[in-house]
Amino acid sequence: MKTICFYFQLHQPLRLKHYRFFEIGSDHYYYDDYTNEATICRLAEHCYLPANAALLEMIHNSNGKFKVAFSISGTALDQLEQYAPEVIDGFKELAKTGSVEFLAETYSHSLASIYDEDEFKLQVKKHADKIETLFGKTPSVFRNTELIYSDEIGRYVSEMGFKGMITEGATHILGWKSPNYLYAHPYCSKLKIMPRNFKLSDDICFRFSNWSWDQYPLTADKYIKWIAQTPEKEELFNIAMSYDALGEINKSDSGIFDFFKALPYQAMLKKIGFATPSEVMEKMKPTEVITSHEPISWADEEKDLSAWIGNDLQNEALHKLYIVGERVRLCTDRALQYDWLNLQNSNHFYYMCTKHFTNGGSAHNSPFESPYEAFMNYMNVLSDFLQRVDEQYPTTIDNEELNALLKTINNQESKIVSLEKQIKTLKSTKQKIVPTENQPKIIKN
Amino acid sequence: MKALMFGWEFPPHILGGLGTASYGLTKGMSLQPDMQIKFVIPKPLGDEDQSFLKIIGACNVPIVWKDVNWDHVNYRIGKAIDPKEFYHYRDNIRYDFHRIGTNDLGCVDFSGRYPQNLMEEISNYEAVASVLAHAGDFDIIHSHDWLTYPAGIFAKQISGKPLVIHVHATDFDRSRGNVNPEVYNIEKRGMDEANHIITVSNLTRKIVIEKYHQNPGKVTTIHNAVSPLEHAEKFTKKERKDKVVTFLGRITMQKGPEYFVEAAHRVLEKTQGVRFVMAGSGDMMNQMIHLAAKRNIADRFHFTGFLQGDHVHEMLAESDVYIMPSVSEPFGISPLEAMQVGTPTIVSKQSGCAEILNNAIKIDYWDIDAMADAIYSIVKYPGMYKSLHEKGKEEVDNITWAAAGLKVRDIYNMVLGL
Repeated sequence: MKTICFYFQLHQPLRLKHYRFFEIGSDHYYYDDYTNEATICRLAEHCYLPANAALLEMIHNSNGKFKVAFSISGTALDQLEQYAPEVIDGFKELAKTGSVEFLAETYSHSLASIYDEDEFKLQVKKHADKIETLFGKTPSVFRNTELIYSDEIGRYVSEMGFKGMITEGATHILGWKSPNYLYAHPYCSKLKIMPRNFKLSDDICFRFSNWSWDQYPLTADKYIKWIAQTPEKEELFNIAMSYDALGEINKSDSGIFDFFKALPYQAMLKKIGFATPSEVMEKMKPTEVITSHEPISWADEEKDLSAWIGNDLQNEALHKLYIVGERVRLCTDRALQYDWLNLQNSNHFYYMCTKHFTNGGSAHNSPFESPYEAFMNYMNVLSDFLQRVDEQYPTTIDNEELNALLKTINNQESKIVSLEKQIKTLKSTKQKIVPTENQPKIIKN
Repeated sequence: MKALMFGWEFPPHILGGLGTASYGLTKGMSLQPDMQIKFVIPKPLGDEDQSFLKIIGACNVPIVWKDVNWDHVNYRIGKAIDPKEFYHYRDNIRYDFHRIGTNDLGCVDFSGRYPQNLMEEISNYEAVASVLAHAGDFDIIHSHDWLTYPAGIFAKQISGKPLVIHVHATDFDRSRGNVNPEVYNIEKRGMDEANHIITVSNLTRKIVIEKYHQNPGKVTTIHNAVSPLEHAEKFTKKERKDKVVTFLGRITMQKGPEYFVEAAHRVLEKTQGVRFVMAGSGDMMNQMIHLAAKRNIADRFHFTGFLQGDHVHEMLAESDVYIMPSVSEPFGISPLEAMQVGTPTIVSKQSGCAEILNNAIKIDYWDIDAMADAIYSIVKYPGMYKSLHEKGKEEVDNITWAAAGLKVRDIYNMVLGL
């Protein structure tokens, strides 16, 4: 039986405010609260709330047969909790139906998987804990920021105990292979890889309201027919897109919600089912292994990392950020930890991408007029952040030494307790055995 | 296609950007095989590059008939003009210009600069145009900047050939709004009479439409370009301890020098190891020296005076940042020249060149904070310098006069109905 696996990404970065260099050292608040709040509220109204309602209705009407998965970044969850908690309630309600799965990802939608293995694992753990607290289930399937994947990242994910991972069905990785199967990691054989079918995904996400597309208008029966017409053995259709596709990229008057609502019935007619990623991982067997030495992603035509790590600006910013990773993890200052997470947001680096000059200058959705401006602003903020890190632990002490010193400090209480105990016992023995001597003899151990 | 162009300056003797643009554009157009250009300037000095066009000196065209023999003509101006041509022009004097003071050959001694009696010089130039128009042998007339509009109009009226005017600047740019009515009148008449108007940026196009009330359909923007720099590799940056931030241009109100000083002050409040250079001269220079002293940054703020030729490129190449905070700049070629030698560039959004540059920082001329921030980023963050350095050079090397020349040709074809 053919199975459709829907999955939506929800992420909104914490945008930085305009931060001039003369504020370095004096202003430690980096975020543009107004834009962040306005964006979340706008999206909640046009997209998240109606989309949640529509999906809930679809699940109820299909008796739970319609299934869907979400990957919501920690940064987005934090902002939703703050500005639009009703969206979180909607997700909780969806979680209760049992037809909805929440996937794991990096907490701040970061590029840690490329730069910092320890940070990556920490963030995934933090995100999984957050999902657990909010929706009561620990995620078992992982998807990385922007579907970034390589064999090495697959290994990290497998080591963390995930059953499977979703990635892009990039043609330069799959070659002649079809994305409509389940695959396996080359050497961590337990890890299953689900490639995204980007053609079918983009048909909905980017082409649905495109009048000049030759398949316009896209209807549910046409879409299901495309899936039904694929070769019999192709059973898995992994369709993934940004949640913004429902109501933001495709406005509600484009008919996107009606399109979705008609899908379950049309699928039933053609005997096509729905499943969540973890169900797919359980039920299906991987057909083959796929290898990806270089990281891939779901971005643009290239399906690589060039939108984030393509130019000198991005390289400098990322390098200066991740070089202090180990150091920041030693810090306990909460504000510092919070900023550290948010500065890792991949969007900041996307705004610095110079590939987009052909279409008007700055990257899609960028709050900056040009990549250079994005870089200037980010670097000013980062400089202030690095200064704060330095104030906590001066860079003159290297990490190992610092670690040893911190250990001494952190253990001092238990050490004092144990020493006091020793003194007590010694005192008591002193009274018993040598009552004449003035000074107690401390036995060094 | 034969074009008769009226200009005011031509390299190597130039006083502003007009000459550079005239040279680049005509050279770019000359790459079209069937293009012949006659370029009229008031007073050529004889060392102009004539390999791709013909320069006609207005000072060698007679406007009053005088009986002079071949030997005398050859002796006097034979180096600049073939006596045969001189007589051809003399045969085409149809009006009585005795009221104009002329020399022994019947020619006007132009200064070729921007003298006190500029209006008189403009009208004498118009008289020369009448002779050239009667002499004929051209398909289209092209006038560069307001000084030559009257000449263009007169030539059009005489010959009936279409007139294209090229607006390199308007009086609104030069005066921050306080226009000289006499200049405005000449500009307006030129635009009204022209068959088509070429502006060097959308900014200028907007001014032409809004302030001179022109039909938008008649106005087309053709952005300037920059001539390839020969031996660009010979201009390199020496290693030095301090970073250098440079302003280069006339120190006048139009160029916004005071914003540069203020931005320098902001940067120096926070950082060491940066020096600021103001190269050029102008009526606001003393005022700027005072301002720098008042802000207490005179030890890090330097004035070079007027620079010319290779010194310009050397200065640009030695800089870590080039900045042009013009209040109103129709185009502004110098940022492109800075980028040619790989210097990261900051331009004001009120400059026409900002419309075509991607790998330059764009700020509002009045936004001192943004300007200071941009300077700080370039001198402090190596990625920023490297990116602007490499990508900027690459970008500007692809902005060619040949492409601009083709667009001008399209306009010629359009007005001629070809």
